[in-house]
Amino acid sequence: MITLTAIDQIAEHYDIAVVGAGPTGLAAAARAAELGLSVLLADENPSPGGQIYRAITTTPVTQRGVLGEDYWKGGALVDRLWPTNTAYAPGCTVWSVAPDEVGGFELGLSLGGQARLVATDQVILATGAQERPFPIPGWTLPGVMTAGAAQIALKASGLVPSGRTVIAGCGPLLYLLAGQLAAAGANIVAVLDTMPRRNWLSALAALPDFLRSPYLAKGLKLMAAARGKLPFRTGVTALAAEGSGKVTGVSVTRGGRTKTIACDALLLHQGVIPGINLSNAAGCAQHFDHVQLCWTPTVDDWFASSIPGIAIAGDGAGIGGAESAALRGELASLDAARRFGRLTPVQRDEMAGPTRIALARSLRGRRFLDLLYRPAGAFLAPPADETIVCRCEEVTAGQIRDTASRLGVTGPNQMKAFLRCGMGPCQGRLCGPTVVELIAQAHGLSPTEVGYYRLRPPVKPITLAELAALPPTEAAVKAVVR
Amino acid sequence: MECRSADVIVIGGGIHGCSTALNCAMRGLSVILLEKDHAGRHASGVNAGGVRQLARHVAEIPLSNASMALWHRIEDLVDDDCGFTCDGQVLVAEDEEDLDTCRARVDDLTLRGFHHEELIDAAELRRLVPAVSDLCPGGVISRRDGAAIPLRATQAFKRKAASLGADIREGVRVTRVVRDGANWRVETDNGFFLSPRIVNTAGAWADRIAADLGEPVPLEVIAPMLMITAAMPAFIKPVVILRRRKLSFKQFGNGTVLIGGGYLGRAIRDENRTVLDWGKLATNARTVWDLFPVMRAAPIARAWAGIEARMPDDLPVFGPSARHEGVYHQFGFSAHGFQLGPGAGAVMAEIIATGSTNVPIDGLQISRFTHPRESRP
Ligand SMILES: Cc1cc2nc3c(=O)[nH]c(=O)nc-3n(C[C@H](O)[C@H](O)[C@H](O)COP(=O)(O)OP(=O)(O)OC[C@H]3O[C@@H](n4cnc5c(N)ncnc54)[C@H](O)[C@@H]3O)c2cc1C
Repeated sequence: MITLTAIDQIAEHYDIAVVGAGPTGLAAAARAAELGLSVLLADENPSPGGQIYRAITTTPVTQRGVLGEDYWKGGALVDRLWPTNTAYAPGCTVWSVAPDEVGGFELGLSLGGQARLVATDQVILATGAQERPFPIPGWTLPGVMTAGAAQIALKASGLVPSGRTVIAGCGPLLYLLAGQLAAAGANIVAVLDTMPRRNWLSALAALPDFLRSPYLAKGLKLMAAARGKLPFRTGVTALAAEGSGKVTGVSVTRGGRTKTIACDALLLHQGVIPGINLSNAAGCAQHFDHVQLCWTPTVDDWFASSIPGIAIAGDGAGIGGAESAALRGELASLDAARRFGRLTPVQRDEMAGPTRIALARSLRGRRFLDLLYRPAGAFLAPPADETIVCRCEEVTAGQIRDTASRLGVTGPNQMKAFLRCGMGPCQGRLCGPTVVELIAQAHGLSPTEVGYYRLRPPVKPITLAELAALPPTEAAVKAVVR
Repeated sequence: MECRSADVIVIGGGIHGCSTALNCAMRGLSVILLEKDHAGRHASGVNAGGVRQLARHVAEIPLSNASMALWHRIEDLVDDDCGFTCDGQVLVAEDEEDLDTCRARVDDLTLRGFHHEELIDAAELRRLVPAVSDLCPGGVISRRDGAAIPLRATQAFKRKAASLGADIREGVRVTRVVRDGANWRVETDNGFFLSPRIVNTAGAWADRIAADLGEPVPLEVIAPMLMITAAMPAFIKPVVILRRRKLSFKQFGNGTVLIGGGYLGRAIRDENRTVLDWGKLATNARTVWDLFPVMRAAPIARAWAGIEARMPDDLPVFGPSARHEGVYHQFGFSAHGFQLGPGAGAVMAEIIATGSTNVPIDGLQISRFTHPRESRP
């Protein structure tokens, strides 16, 4: 592995570009390089690991127990890259992926404040998941953050929220994080579980598979640890952050009764959904997953998207967890090598055999978790009119409902013209799913019928200065000379 | 039973189709509008929103004037202000030679009786656009110009037309147009429609309708690009354009800055898709870097392109067909048709309802392409 620290060290062209150095990207890059392809692995974080193994090579947390044994598995993925000649660019933001005119792709990159266009024949997007937006009244108050943000602070800098801390939401990660934070010394005064009790009914059918899954033991251990030690409250149906200028408490509704719990920090989490900004902006087809309740790129068995040459692997193409992410990255690279003619279809299938078995095993029981932790409708589409949905432009749920019904706005792209939601710097990352739910509810349609934002590059902002200084590509220079 | 015939069928739901549908409805005609995607999905919903009379080709000025009058009372017309603001548009001359061209242009317009463009000196330029580079010696202003919010405006025309009885059908694609006795039979992916009159407002797809009618036109499908920055401190009110270099530049009330000027990406019209050309956007960014030093650190939040129709002479095709009774063309706006939308719809409805108009539209006929020798010396 060669670590690139300046933009001019990046070559003009790579056989394959892998975006994201989480488990998917690390495995995909390693496999592609082992198969003799020239690989660029670009990631905006300063060190490899992605979300789950964030800061694996640099974390100041040294007591292995705090982050759990699974965290340390990330080291092996990074180690596999060392002997290869993968070009690894940390701190490198990929802001655009677009097809060029000769069947390849042009990547827009920024590193160290300088931008660059790079050509590649194939792309594997391994950009992972993002937290599902969880808009409640008051969620924009200082002191309220997502559980994921708290976890990043813990892994990267060994920080825990100070003062009385409340964790609220739904999903396996909630228990994991509560456990990690408690182990790191946080003062957790309540864990508020919003999982709808009736989810058990629909999930039950998928229970047998789950009982044979690798999650079971892990999950039970997490649950037991969290429940045993922490003040747990289940059946939460409504939440609101209170305070002016800073969060001072959270109002909690359970069984029809509402009371306030005083706190200094409120961590929200409603599961994770695929991060689709780059794949959507690149033009890859996507659909609404009615089990995981999220927009998901449409991919085949090899994680190839609707655009030939772009694969989307790992959680970015559907939530499957860290273990499956690495396996899916592996499979995407095998297929990429097949497209290059490095492997015949038969060789590819043979090499994929054991990985597919491991993948099936790692995904067994997933459906149970998906069904059990489906967020309640009230948290997908906030009922309180004053709840801010689009944080960038401060657009409320009430405004969106009103515009949808009064002006007959039937899709999120039209909604932009009226309220500017989704047009701020986050480009809909935080409001997109909620806006779609609200429009769907207002018109009695499904999210599939409502559609999603058409996202635009740059998917991460670059400065005008960076763009103005963009060096012309070799192709552009040739075009002028010719 | 649903009605599948009307006095007029409008093909295409951009600002032009919606405006023509509204104006026909206002004249008491029954209207069906057919749009393959949703109203404003293409050029009309994603353009720069520039409402500009400044620097238009003489052949377009009468339509543009008619339109401007309507923009200034847009809320009365469509019950929505369409986000229209009027802070003028300024053409900045980058040097003395450039300014001479401006002077000649304004003199020429004056001779023709048009007074909307006004020459300004360096002092007035600096007053209007304080952030512009010191090297610029002056320019031209059109004070009644401004900008609006494109998709919102297009949808306002659509809603108002629907409220007056126009039957707007979105998600219906016209596949073929054929003569059927006294009517035109407009075939779609959802059955056929009949009408004695059809208006071709199909934007970048209009050449296909025209070809069906035996009037093929040399329409080029283009994808002009735009980009927008995060909010910046307020520093400029009018829209700024250049003559020699491509630039159109505008700051909105919320601080975001729109940068355009007609650099083209790649259009894939059968997939409703465009691909950006970052190399050209970089050139666009360099122009801003030169002219507006305050913009250098601005983060670019989004860039996009829209699919638009361009004619070889950069002028629209507007008016009755040269071949058929009951066929009207209104397309090929060559990246400056948003401002024309309200007026063009009014004039087209007038032609449809009365057979003529007082607004001069010579020079815009389709015959300039179908019978080039007859109409062009
Ligand atoms: C990036 C950009 C910036 C621009 N900036 C400005 C500006 O600042 N000021 C200005 O005045 N102009 C501007 N323009 C130009 C302006 O947007 C267009 O000239 C204008 O919107 C054209 O309107 P239209 O109704 O003819 O076309 P469109 O808005 O493209 O509408 C045509 C419609 O017809 C539909 N259609 C096509 N074929 C069929 C079929 N077979 N069946 C059914 N429906 C069909 C299409 O789906 C489409 O919705 C800009 C354009 C672009 C792309």
